[in-house]
Amino acid sequence: MRIRGGRVIDPANGIDEIRDVFIDAGKIVEAAEGEVIDATGKIVAPGLIDMHVHLREPGRTDKETIETGTRCAARGGFTSVVCMPNTQPPADNAGTIALIRQRSEAAGCVNVFPTGAISKELKGEELAPIGSLKRAGVVAITDDGHCVQNNELMRRAVEYARMFELPVLDHCQDYNLVADGVVNEGYWSAALGLRGWPASGEDVIVARNILLAELTDWHVHCQHVSSARSVELIREAKARGVKISAEACPHHFTLTEECLKTYDTNFKMNPPLRAARDREALLAGLADGTIEIIASDHAPHCAYEKEVEFDLAPFGIIGLETELALSLELVRQKILALPQLIEKFTVHPARLLRLNKGTLGTGADADVTIIDPDAEWTYDITRSASRSRNSPFHGWTLRGKAVTTIVAGTVVWKETTA
Amino acid sequence: MDGPAIERALARMAHEIVEANPETDALVFIGIRTHGVPLAQRLAGKVAQLAGHAFDTGELDISMHRDDLALRDGPPKVGASYISFDVTGKTVVLVDDVLFTGRTIRAAMDEINDFGRPRRIQFAALVDRGHRELPIRADFVGKNVPTAPAEQVRVRLTEVDGRDEVVIER
Amino acid sequence: MNPPAWKHKHLLGIQELSPDEINVVLDTAAAFKEVGERPIKKVPSLRGKTMVNLFIEPSTRTRTSFELAAKRLSADVININTQASSFAKGETLKDTALNLQALNADIIVIRHSAAGTPHFLSRFLRASVINAGDGAHEHPTQALLDAFTIREKKGRIAGLNVTILGDILYSRVARSNIWLLTKLGANVTLAGPSTLVPRVFEQFGCRVTHDIEVAIRDADVINLLRIQHKRQRKTMFPSIGEYAAMFGLNKERFARTKPDALIMHPGPINRGVEIDSDVADCSRSVILEQVTNGLAVRMAVLFLCAGGKHED
Repeated sequence: MRIRGGRVIDPANGIDEIRDVFIDAGKIVEAAEGEVIDATGKIVAPGLIDMHVHLREPGRTDKETIETGTRCAARGGFTSVVCMPNTQPPADNAGTIALIRQRSEAAGCVNVFPTGAISKELKGEELAPIGSLKRAGVVAITDDGHCVQNNELMRRAVEYARMFELPVLDHCQDYNLVADGVVNEGYWSAALGLRGWPASGEDVIVARNILLAELTDWHVHCQHVSSARSVELIREAKARGVKISAEACPHHFTLTEECLKTYDTNFKMNPPLRAARDREALLAGLADGTIEIIASDHAPHCAYEKEVEFDLAPFGIIGLETELALSLELVRQKILALPQLIEKFTVHPARLLRLNKGTLGTGADADVTIIDPDAEWTYDITRSASRSRNSPFHGWTLRGKAVTTIVAGTVVWKETTA
Repeated sequence: MDGPAIERALARMAHEIVEANPETDALVFIGIRTHGVPLAQRLAGKVAQLAGHAFDTGELDISMHRDDLALRDGPPKVGASYISFDVTGKTVVLVDDVLFTGRTIRAAMDEINDFGRPRRIQFAALVDRGHRELPIRADFVGKNVPTAPAEQVRVRLTEVDGRDEVVIER
Repeated sequence: MNPPAWKHKHLLGIQELSPDEINVVLDTAAAFKEVGERPIKKVPSLRGKTMVNLFIEPSTRTRTSFELAAKRLSADVININTQASSFAKGETLKDTALNLQALNADIIVIRHSAAGTPHFLSRFLRASVINAGDGAHEHPTQALLDAFTIREKKGRIAGLNVTILGDILYSRVARSNIWLLTKLGANVTLAGPSTLVPRVFEQFGCRVTHDIEVAIRDADVINLLRIQHKRQRKTMFPSIGEYAAMFGLNKERFARTKPDALIMHPGPINRGVEIDSDVADCSRSVILEQVTNGLAVRMAVLFLCAGGKHED
């Protein structure tokens, strides 16, 4: 296959120029024959990686399956996804990991990298069999959906994970400070009469993670960072060389808590949408590299689960299909240069998780995303590949989308001009 | 009609009311808001001169009893009614400015019944403009004014509008 | 013909009402209060309409007030008792509401412990949705009857000093009152423990104080909120005793209020906690009149929202 004439942006190799990319036998090569894909006017990037996705299989295949979730990923331009362990049963044992890998092989159309649990049943009481999870093929451990509250246990988990070179990903939430909060604590929680969740409920765990990363000299990655103070703490710690990193989700850097005024549960997520100044801090953090990674936290829920009273609705929205367009907004608003944005989906997650992905160097796996950065389109949730419909972006006019997604040299998604 | 014509009509109606009700003791006057109220007070005053004693007057707001609530775009403005006396056993003279379809009087009679059981109800209208939609009639009429349905009959009274007149508007 | 002054099909909260609209409700309530003084306390305005009291959070007072209001307007009333209903079988609120609509209910009065529930229902129901209290968000008819009472006694709302005392953070009565009073130009003071009256409420145009003397000294109206020490509040203040000692309107404090200050309470009152027993019964207490006015206000609200064909 030859991808002709596109602007190739490969930050891993310092490339940003118009050139061709050749693929043969599932690898990037110097030259090849075969099918020609015309990428004039488009961007050709290493296959994008989304390191925070809920595929819901096993256990809640009514919300999503590995098959439908990976199809969302492909449509969104993602060739690799990292799936979270809060399945049913949770991925705290080698058997569940094996199931996930087997299903991914059989039904997934993009690469699926599983994560394993930090604690048994995600309860935060005892360590999960991390060594056995590593052997089973996890790329990281996390209790995502939950957060280990016991600092001693978390310290031991990070220390133990270091032995296996597994980064620890953390969903930063102090259960007591957050209590039964459903939205960010501030003006809008007071006006709407909804129980608020102070940003400190996230900041306090981010601070904990920084201190533990220092103590154990190992990687802790803060998932879906949403608060201004979290960004400040991480920036300061990184400057000192602490092995701390952060990701941000498009909904947190696009929306704010004001969206809650209609009580639409499509704006209910964990962590919650926060104030304008938190959003601005996220944008600054993305621009100066404090936040190295963007991920969707794609969290499908059935329509009947979301169509209830606000307090009762589960947290989360799907996001794989809108992620790229919302992220390209950052480039349009001159917050990031395009290569910087691509890095956040390629070089950085690959490095953190030690994946041989995120590059178009010769010999690399032929995972490629071709992007039309200016294509204008309207997000129609009824035509989503997801089993679920919980997105606040339905009906939005977005700019930029993946037009071709290639995994191991095979086209798994192609935009049909219709 | 101009001011003097209205006064002459009311004077004649007062005589007719006394003729029809020789035992004036049981008479009370209730005006239908808005213009029926000052008319009721004027009529009561004139009958008082003829009978030699004053009469109770009340105000009725019929908005809550309208029969067209479901057809309107929005709810009508409603006001309180003021009937500080008992109507049971009395002869109630309902007073309004214009008798048209008759629906206002029907609503008024329904509402009066919620205050008590009058012995009889009579109705005095300053103007009868025809086009009845219900079998309702006025016992005392100031002037019969034939109109086309699309026309409006406007009664203006000093107490409400600063001058007395009755005009037809197209 | 003038355009109607009230165009809303639903009453979800005070926040979305303009001062003019609030005054329309109060003026209409005055007319309906007079109906309550007649021998036959009934008008036919909502004859043939069906109102459903959907009280997921139980309440006897508000529910009976709405029921009586509807009956005086000649509407038919259905009360849904959540204990006995399909709720216990796990039916969702949405399904319950759709079933009621299938019975052609014209008005649904909803009380629920989750904020935003009336907004949620109004999105898919054809009926008028009236908020009888949604979690900590709003209780619009309570604020309207409070305003009606103040206006009746004081002749106005603008420029009055109104103090709301108690648990503001979890109170829907407080929020609705804050919106209404600030819209109509009153000076609002919120008072109570700092954990229950956080500074964020200053952004709503209110003065926040944790000193009861300051709060009551110049108040023309003192609205006392019921204080509860339920499980979820246990971290907010240590005990009812400490609350009563610091913030209760006892006889000594009452003596320091303005001689014509009104004492109000949404009910039910905790004698000896937020209010001294004698103070509750004194001549300046309008607590029982609030109940009477509540009936007139609810008649007005039902009449305005459901009388006429709203194409909302």
